[in-house]
Amino acid sequence: MTRILPPGTQELLAPDPLLVPPGSRTPGRISQRGPLRREGPAKLTGLAKYTDDLVFPGAWYGATIRSTEPRATLLGLDQDDAFDWTQVVVVTATDIPGDNVVSLIRDDQPILVPVGGEIRHQAEPLCLIAAADRETLRAAKRHLKVRTERLPAVFDPLASTEEFSHLEVRRGDLEAGFAQAELVVEGTYRVGHQEQLYIENQAMIAIPQADGGVTVHGSCQCPYYIHRALKRSLQLSDAQAVVIQAETGGGFGGKEEYPSMIALHAALLARKVGKAVRMIYDRHEDLSATTKRHPAVIHHRTGVMRDGTLVAQEIDVVMDGGAYCTLTPVVLSRGVLHAGGPYRCPNVRIAGRSMATNTPPNGAFRGFGAPQTEFAAEMQVNRIAEALDISPLELRRRWAYREGDTTPTGQVLRESVAAIEVLDAAAEASDFARHSAQTRHAREARQSGARLASGIGIAMGWHGAGFTGSGEVHIAGVASVELTDDGMIRVLSAQTEMGQGTKTIFPQLVAEELGLEPDAVENAPQDTSIVPDSGPTVASRTAMVVGGLIIKAARRLRAQVESVTDRPFVDSYREFALEHGALRVDEHFEPYPNVDFDDATYTGDAYPAFGWACAVARVDVDLDTGEVTVRDVVSADDAGRIIHPVLAEGQVEGGTLQAVGYATIEEIKLVDGRYLNDRLATYLIPTSLDAPRIEAILVEKPFSGAPHGAKGIGELPMDVGAPAVVAAIHDATGVWIHDLPATPERILAAMTGAPARGSPGVSAPAPKRGAG
Amino acid sequence: MSYRFFVNGDPVEVEVPGMRRLLDVLREDLALTGTKEGCGEGECGACSVLLDGAVVDSCLVPVCQVDGTSVRTVEGLGSEDELNDLQAAFLATGGAQCGICTPGMLMAAEAFIASGAPAGDEAIREAIAGNLCRCTGYTKIVEAIAQAAERRRAAGTGDL
Amino acid sequence: MPVEPPVASPRTLAEAYSLLADQPHRPVAGGTDLLVQITGELGEPPERVLDIWHLDELRGIRVESNALVLGALTTYAELRLSPLIAEFLPAFADAAGTIGAAQIQNRGTLGGNVMNASPAGDMLPLLLATDAQLVAGTVQGERWIPVREFWPSYRKTALQPSELLLRISIPLVDGRQLRYRKVGTRRAQAISKVVMALAWQADEAGGVAWSNVHLALGSVAATTVRAPATEAVLEGATPTEAIADRAASTLAGEITPIDDVRSSADYRRAVAARVLHRLIRDEGGW
Repeated sequence: MTRILPPGTQELLAPDPLLVPPGSRTPGRISQRGPLRREGPAKLTGLAKYTDDLVFPGAWYGATIRSTEPRATLLGLDQDDAFDWTQVVVVTATDIPGDNVVSLIRDDQPILVPVGGEIRHQAEPLCLIAAADRETLRAAKRHLKVRTERLPAVFDPLASTEEFSHLEVRRGDLEAGFAQAELVVEGTYRVGHQEQLYIENQAMIAIPQADGGVTVHGSCQCPYYIHRALKRSLQLSDAQAVVIQAETGGGFGGKEEYPSMIALHAALLARKVGKAVRMIYDRHEDLSATTKRHPAVIHHRTGVMRDGTLVAQEIDVVMDGGAYCTLTPVVLSRGVLHAGGPYRCPNVRIAGRSMATNTPPNGAFRGFGAPQTEFAAEMQVNRIAEALDISPLELRRRWAYREGDTTPTGQVLRESVAAIEVLDAAAEASDFARHSAQTRHAREARQSGARLASGIGIAMGWHGAGFTGSGEVHIAGVASVELTDDGMIRVLSAQTEMGQGTKTIFPQLVAEELGLEPDAVENAPQDTSIVPDSGPTVASRTAMVVGGLIIKAARRLRAQVESVTDRPFVDSYREFALEHGALRVDEHFEPYPNVDFDDATYTGDAYPAFGWACAVARVDVDLDTGEVTVRDVVSADDAGRIIHPVLAEGQVEGGTLQAVGYATIEEIKLVDGRYLNDRLATYLIPTSLDAPRIEAILVEKPFSGAPHGAKGIGELPMDVGAPAVVAAIHDATGVWIHDLPATPERILAAMTGAPARGSPGVSAPAPKRGAG
Repeated sequence: MSYRFFVNGDPVEVEVPGMRRLLDVLREDLALTGTKEGCGEGECGACSVLLDGAVVDSCLVPVCQVDGTSVRTVEGLGSEDELNDLQAAFLATGGAQCGICTPGMLMAAEAFIASGAPAGDEAIREAIAGNLCRCTGYTKIVEAIAQAAERRRAAGTGDL
Repeated sequence: MPVEPPVASPRTLAEAYSLLADQPHRPVAGGTDLLVQITGELGEPPERVLDIWHLDELRGIRVESNALVLGALTTYAELRLSPLIAEFLPAFADAAGTIGAAQIQNRGTLGGNVMNASPAGDMLPLLLATDAQLVAGTVQGERWIPVREFWPSYRKTALQPSELLLRISIPLVDGRQLRYRKVGTRRAQAISKVVMALAWQADEAGGVAWSNVHLALGSVAATTVRAPATEAVLEGATPTEAIADRAASTLAGEITPIDDVRSSADYRRAVAARVLHRLIRDEGGW
């Protein structure tokens, strides 16, 4: 295994403000690649235990009875007398000892709809059944009849009258800006649902405890979300509710909030059965019932001068929250804050609202509102570049934020601004200008009847690192580093590993700080009875925020040990432990200096820092069929100081492919509020043959507020891939596709002038039954 | 019914319904949970194993058809302390992230390398097109397979 | 865990016939369709299953009296690798390569594709375009069924419950040209939006009139279909632009695709016409 930093190396404490040129060695990072993935060998040998791999002898199997209507009153749950109900356990809303809500932002989503209550979407949980074997469980499900009375449903967020949240950001004088503008460009952009499609389906196993408590093992991003939900609804003490993360096969936001629902279901059943209960979703249930990326309708009106100066931006964002609030207000807020793109504009108004519809609730997914609004923003930039006959690269170079610029919330970007750097890095690596000239020439020279057309497209973006506004202050995360009494170093945090590399970089960061090898540092298990609540594993906050906490904790641990031993930590910590026993340092989050946000007025520093990204995509389009092949994507991303290049590249490559899927093939159609793409045979993600060659360029513009200079990386590439691909499709075909995904159906319709059909994300009504 | 076959070289005998999926026999009857279920319909490849050397989705194979064959799963590759060259290449390149597609991906790659086909980028991508990965964008997986194929080719021709 | 219906695994054809004569069984070959159905998510699983995987009489690819004969258990991987296919029917190898990916190609069979009777079956237009004969057997003997009569309606076949599909016989015709095109959502693991096979005879390449034109399509109607009106346009014609235009517009008017989860009727109609236009254009060389 590679050694990372020799003892005493201090470079990481004082981030180098200089930009590191792409491909060059980062100062202070001895290893070019970083340590090997900590849990890699277990995953590569099949030994890693995901939830469904855990064996609890005598465990029962649980199932969820769901609604099959988008909106109705639940009249009754009728148990067929032909079935012997003594062999199973049924849980309904009346079995919930505490509050019948899945605790999150707003207390609107029930754990189970009570009889007499309102069903608000297809796939809503109504009751639970458990049995000792799957055959009995299957039979029981068939014999339980749900009685309902149908109510009218709303599927279009633009037609909905029920609002979850709204907000507005204003800067300058919008009317004066438009009055000054020489050209005004308008556009409406629509994006549909996207499924996270972690390859491991959602899964939870609950084990009842003698003291009335419950232990839950499961696939999740945020053990403490589940912990809070269990305490509240099952009326448990802190100690009675124990949540232990099993190996987690991908999350991407999809395992942020929904696991609380499944854990509550499993726990309710387990307590009534008196045995462990397994709730393992199959793919169909997972696709049908769990959260998706929010569909959105985004309208832009932009004022520019003939010379390309941007003078006014008016943006209206409407998001479809689905049937319950979940995290929707926060998703909308991030969407609105990123909606203008990384461009300086003196006069801005961005208004957003999130609406309720009778479709399954939408929730967190990598990017969290920003991919939707940044798609629209970049479409708008590319269309304006075309209207002005200025290269889209050049226009961005003129508009992009520099240090000292002010965002629409009034945030002055004092440091760590790499918009120009990522733009130049991606443009250079992709040879954008040359390819662009070639495709333009080819388009102009194209004979009618040509079959293939190539195109190149560019898009850039920004992504606020960590929670929005004062989110981190509210979370008040705590992370710890411990010297155990047997002389081991242990990191204690609630940050989960779901593939992104937490378990590798945390020991790496602590080892660097203490002058040890990474192998000398262990991770405590993500078990709420062991680790403190360092906040959820979301919002690209793990490396930046919690990574910063554990570095500070390690630093204090070292100082305390050295103050006693009066010798370097590396030479004396084992002795210290033998002599004095264990020593644990808890580090509490402290607000970043000079970062101030007013939640009431939506002004101030929305994020402590931003990451910056630029993607250039090249596509081939089959002009007969509208089929798109994305050949290659260059993605240049600035996430501050890179901790682990291999893992960071992996984030960029994976995020880029999710963005390519979002741009091209990932689509959910709905009828009567139900997803039609509810199997892996119908919800398609890119295979290895569909994936472009992806070149990840890591640009490093460190953030001084974090001790290691890191910002978040996971979400960045997701923001820029889709608009780059759609711009490339335009470059090839000459048509703009305003709706995602840019399917062959939409492309061919646009090329042949056929009217567009259907709005992404909006359900068709139920088919009429009976004659006629 | 009783069915006899080999798993990772060891003879096994299971007394199960003939239509039980090989996937369930491996995971539940033989406690070999390295093989994963992602979709149950042959779309994701997470349950890929080798059946007499050919890569198959074990969720689509009834055990009655496995009788008399030889099955190879991820548990038959290298151990945690001694990864085989393919696993080691995945570890070094970053080809495994969340890890849930990894066992199936490794088996598809093993079948490809064993075929002796030239390990070009497109050929590798075709060989693993039945194995969905949502984390990596496939870049590092393709790189890992190319590395391992090259090492085995070199070893096979005495270059190493 | 799926439902596990009872299964019989005969080792000889005679044994299989006698089981089928006794009571209806749903045959399982490579399992790529049936094993999805036993999850119970897509309608009722079969009551009783007949595992035909071990029947070696149903394997093999050979040339017999001017026909290429493919055992019902011929897998897509075998089609891709067969020297006889490469020599006589390379379009079959192309088509097999578009199905699923390695895992499906190693298990899925031509006979399974025929018996599953999906209107989207990837191999089926090729069988219609080449006038295949499907050979079924019972204890009483064999029956040859012309492919045009094999799929009477949506997901139905012409076989009796006691009959087993044994092999597929493709007449080998001198000078026959055969083209195949599939339009799917992605490059692997995709069910078709439109799938097309076009066969014709011409004495020499280009300039000479086409005869014996067969045009077959999948995913545009309730079953895989021929397009007789379009064939009539092409019959006796040469691949000129005017003919391509007429054939394409005739085809668009002739097929009856639907909107579903994978695509729209409009797209399928338009793309079928455009793909046909392209095939003709490529032959005409204009």
